[in-house]
Amino acid sequence: MLQAEGLAAFRGERLVFRDLDFALPAGGALVLAGPNGSGKSTLLRLLAGLVRPAAGQLLWRGEDALADLPGHATRLVYVGHYDAVKLGLTAAENLRLAARLGGGAVPDALAAMGLGALADLPARMLSAGQKRRLALARLALSTAPLWLLDEPTLGLDVASVERFGVLLAGHRARGGLVVAATHLPLPLEGTMELRLT
Amino acid sequence: MTAFFAILGRELRLSLRHGADTLGALLFFLLAASLFPLAIGPAPETLGRIAPGIIWVCALLAALLPLDRLFGADFEDGSLDHLLLSGLPAAGITFAKACAHWLVTGLPLLLAAAPLAIMLRMPEEGIPALLAGLLPGTLLLSLLGASGAAIVLGARRGGVLLPLLVLPLTTPVLIFGVAAADAASAGMTPRPHLLLLAAMLAGALPLCPLAAGAALRGAAE
Repeated sequence: MLQAEGLAAFRGERLVFRDLDFALPAGGALVLAGPNGSGKSTLLRLLAGLVRPAAGQLLWRGEDALADLPGHATRLVYVGHYDAVKLGLTAAENLRLAARLGGGAVPDALAAMGLGALADLPARMLSAGQKRRLALARLALSTAPLWLLDEPTLGLDVASVERFGVLLAGHRARGGLVVAATHLPLPLEGTMELRLT
Repeated sequence: MTAFFAILGRELRLSLRHGADTLGALLFFLLAASLFPLAIGPAPETLGRIAPGIIWVCALLAALLPLDRLFGADFEDGSLDHLLLSGLPAAGITFAKACAHWLVTGLPLLLAAAPLAIMLRMPEEGIPALLAGLLPGTLLLSLLGASGAAIVLGARRGGVLLPLLVLPLTTPVLIFGVAAADAASAGMTPRPHLLLLAAMLAGALPLCPLAAGAALRGAAE
């Protein structure tokens, strides 16, 4: 479903990777590995359409994915390095924009990451791990087929990683794709690995 | 359209939660304009003569205050990526932001301008023209300001750069806005000045969001 051909990207003046090829079928999971600064986050941002490729092309069902950026955005959910949590809003309010765009229900999404009891708490009261769970709860709100995850389990406790694993398994069972950059073992089975240098 | 109103709603909710920041611009406007009678003296003929200028300059500076947080806060906490991935073109996002800026800053300034004009002893016949000029004027300030804020996004010391970028762009707005109020005070028609302001708004309405959208994509990269 998702296919990369000869991708290359610059970060500032530096070429971070080139000639990158991979193909991901429906239900597939791709784990990006490699040392710090090897371009894992840049590749994820490129797949999201936030960074323009310097060369190569990205195909979605055989068509150029990046030709229509707003259209491409509706196909994916991106959970970046930052949690993108607004401290002045409550946990539920933080998810409201994603819920209106994705069509999911906020209470279900909060429950999926074990945050049901904290729905009405201002986000400034949440711990770092809870904020990360709030960021991941966005995934449960969308029916988009492509999930792009940058270090998704950083700071999560064991129980939360398990809940996240359930979320991931459900998404893949529906034919969804996962691309994740990580240094920690993820609750995923049957993954492909792409090693960046 | 859903995405546009969803983003606009989120911006308004955030402004409500950060009430101090939102009220700051309005209070700055009232305070700065109140300093002039103290500095120049309360003589009605002097004060009434320069009142349109005072109100316009203070409105201009007050509208600049919240601009560096307009995109800056979202840029720092990663929310900007989510806005760009909302399915709305980047120009639509900046237009929603400019609308939110006008609703929480421009509109209160517009509403506060009339009592302020009376306080500064501005001739009564000039006040409708002042407000009629401020309506497109504040809209223009929001559009130009949002473009400036998107352009300096990610730059070091962007907050200092922002007024230097936006203020020169707003000089035509200031000139014709004050001219409209002055003309009405002197018993002439403010119509040509107001039409010019409307023409500027008609130009800025499509161009500013496009420019700001391109800048936003550049900053996200």
